[in-house]
Amino acid sequence: MSEYILEMKNITKIFPGVKALDGVDFKVKKGEIHCLVGENGSGKSTLMKILSGVYPFGEYSGEIIFEGKLQKFKSINDSERVGIVTIYQELALIPELTIYENIFLGHEIKKGRFIDWNETIVRAKEMLKKVKLDINPTLKVKDLGVGMQQLVEIAKALSKNVKLLILDEPTAALNEDDSENLLKLIRDLKQHGVTCILISHKLKEVISVADSITVLRDGKMISTLEVGKDEISENIIIKHMVGREIEDIYPKRKKKEFGEKVFEVKNLSAYDPNLGREILKDVEFNVRKGEIVGIAGLMGAGRTELALSIFGNPKGYKLKGEIYVNGQMKKFTKPKDAIRAGIAYVSEDRKGNGLILIDDIRNNISITNLKELTNNGFINENEEIKVANEYKESLRIKAPSVEQKVGNLSGGNQQKVSLAKWLFVKPHVLILDEPTRGIDVGAKYEIYTLMNQLVEKGMSIIMISSELPEVLGMSDRVYVMSGGRMVGELPIEEATQEKIMELATN
Amino acid sequence: MKFLEEAKHLLKQNIRDYGMYVALAVIMLIFTITTGGLFISSRNISNLINQTGYIAVLAVGMTLIIVIRHIDLSVGYLAGFLGAIAAILLTKAGAPVYLTILIVLALGTIIGLFNGYLVAYVGIPAFVATLAGMLAFRGALLLVTEETGTIIVPNKSFNAIGNGFIPDIAHVPGIHLLTLIIGALAIGFYIYSEFNTRKNKIKYNFEVISSTMFILKLIFVSAIIAYITWILSGYNGLSWTVVIVIIVVAIYHVITTKTPLGRYIYAVGGNPEAAKLSGIDVSKITLIVFGSMGLLSALSGILYTARLQSATTTAGTLFELDAIAAAYVGGVSAAGGVGKVTGSIVGALVMASLINGMNLMGVGISYQYIIRGAVLAAAVIFDVKTRNKSR
Repeated sequence: MSEYILEMKNITKIFPGVKALDGVDFKVKKGEIHCLVGENGSGKSTLMKILSGVYPFGEYSGEIIFEGKLQKFKSINDSERVGIVTIYQELALIPELTIYENIFLGHEIKKGRFIDWNETIVRAKEMLKKVKLDINPTLKVKDLGVGMQQLVEIAKALSKNVKLLILDEPTAALNEDDSENLLKLIRDLKQHGVTCILISHKLKEVISVADSITVLRDGKMISTLEVGKDEISENIIIKHMVGREIEDIYPKRKKKEFGEKVFEVKNLSAYDPNLGREILKDVEFNVRKGEIVGIAGLMGAGRTELALSIFGNPKGYKLKGEIYVNGQMKKFTKPKDAIRAGIAYVSEDRKGNGLILIDDIRNNISITNLKELTNNGFINENEEIKVANEYKESLRIKAPSVEQKVGNLSGGNQQKVSLAKWLFVKPHVLILDEPTRGIDVGAKYEIYTLMNQLVEKGMSIIMISSELPEVLGMSDRVYVMSGGRMVGELPIEEATQEKIMELATN
Repeated sequence: MKFLEEAKHLLKQNIRDYGMYVALAVIMLIFTITTGGLFISSRNISNLINQTGYIAVLAVGMTLIIVIRHIDLSVGYLAGFLGAIAAILLTKAGAPVYLTILIVLALGTIIGLFNGYLVAYVGIPAFVATLAGMLAFRGALLLVTEETGTIIVPNKSFNAIGNGFIPDIAHVPGIHLLTLIIGALAIGFYIYSEFNTRKNKIKYNFEVISSTMFILKLIFVSAIIAYITWILSGYNGLSWTVVIVIIVVAIYHVITTKTPLGRYIYAVGGNPEAAKLSGIDVSKITLIVFGSMGLLSALSGILYTARLQSATTTAGTLFELDAIAAAYVGGVSAAGGVGKVTGSIVGALVMASLINGMNLMGVGISYQYIIRGAVLAAAVIFDVKTRNKSR
């Protein structure tokens, strides 16, 4: 038998319009801890979803060989049956159920036709002991901290006789002690013969536990580094992660003139009562007139939370700190206040909270500023259609008419409607959250060109982006966020992908 | 050929809007044939429309409630309770009619706002909050009618709201002249406003339907208005109930289609998250919509008490479900964000026509319920099936 427990050969997965994985080879040795790293969107999660059967056999091309046998997983159940268990970033525990109910959910221990609860509790205790968690299994999951919940997830995996455990960013939500604890447990499991694939953005952590490291970039396998064989350092890994050249897809701006600070945030902290933890800590940043400021960082760094906190706080975080617009301190209690002060926010999630998909282009654009179209309390529909048509033409929204339902448009055109809707409020400060996520290169270029035109006319743009080339290509200044903090500010001349990644992964 | 193509195109685009009008026409035609013309007689149509009044106003309010993804189960017994309050004010308290109506409408609005407050600010699911209201108002209705049982309302002018007709200006045998004049005015106004809209669109260089199609549409709609007024004028003319319903529908139609408030309501229903981020106060909109529902419940209670000329201990039973059914038959989508008040009125008429027609045919009550259920299901299936095909 080969030394590999898992071989994924020539895996290709195509989403409509995007090649998420392109001929990836991925091999994991028996009994090792194998780390999978790469930028956001490099294909790590897609690869793991194929392995666990979320994307079933037939939706990808290539072969999966597990323990020497060709596997064709059609569902998560299929992969779990052979011993591959994934623990996702979003924990899959049910808060209102007890620990023992959660551990054996889906594979209950039965006596005849009924569940044998006594045996379940006994077995749950054994599993908890394996993950070094000394608590009563009859507690409800919702009463545990995130760190303990993570361990319960692993106990659940162990109860399924796991051979290959996949952990997707297990430490992202944990504090340092809990993270340390978890990594120790993973090393421990290795001693007991469990192979582990660990996806992580925290490179220090990766280097400390990994036996091998595979780097993905743009859906391709770049390299597999082995401890003791290859030279490994954070720098080397980062270089492999970002290695591409910046292509010339970013239009040049005609003039760069920066005025006064038009928007500034000081000491902003935010506490999310739903998550029960602090999501922003002492954040400070500013943007000048006519400037594009990029905010880089990894997923979960708190960038969208920052944008929402500025934009009238629709999620009801508990905020501390100061916001200045044109030097004047402002307090926004709802998005309307922020809009009135000349701030607009184009959401990262245009389908979820950006647009009304069942409504047409015209209504989606006008909704932010109906007042401008209203005479004596009545909407002037003709004027409204005219305005919508103007945006449709100037942003080149491809649709038969402005009566078209937004849900029927392509991603790029939806994003343009999203932009039009916010340009219609004539903002001074435009916050763009992932402005080009999931849209094709042509539409990206058009959006970049539009951004340039806007700042040339004196608007200020705050651009949140996970695509480093975009951050470097478009920004005049770059801020880096990590763990809810502003961890760095770089003038564009000094900013490089490596530097940003170093700050972001710290 | 070009004309046919245009007709086909328009029909295809608006099949959802036209669907229920066609359904109503078909149902009326079938009953007219099966009852040998009795169904379409002046007297019957007049009765049918008056019977629909108190459900129709509820359906208008319920449309907006469902559009913003909520439900209100309390409206039936709330209407019953407020109807009883009206009766008590008129009899025991001896209040004048106008004051009674004002007090009851105000009371309804306050109760509606309270429901809205529970849903929007306290965060209780509308189903639960209004279920609690339904139980409470049922109890309240029993409480106020406990001693006396049915409260007879002897006030003629109050009862006219549910039974009376508008006066005539001159006596012409067999014809209600004022009704005909109002009908003619309505046609005139309709034609004027259509011409105005068209003129404005042309001014903006927007596409308009061809002039043949435009004239045909004018003739068709005018003919329908003329026919309905002709039928009504053959009995006692326009009833006060019809006048009230038309005014309510007109106001709500204008609010929902022409004002920012209307747009906000549909935006909140279409995507509450996006609406919130667009600067719309979602809680306030919810409050307003529930407040309007309370107001219309009060109106419904007044219409019902006036129609029966009394307040009974069981008034309002199942009104809420009739109103919800009317809204769904009228094309409101349970997923939120879609539905017109005019559609719900047609929905209410469809359901009322079914009951009325089947009664005339002598269909047993058991079959009546089954058929009404089937029609409701068919309407929703039609809605789901055509949703993705229309633009």
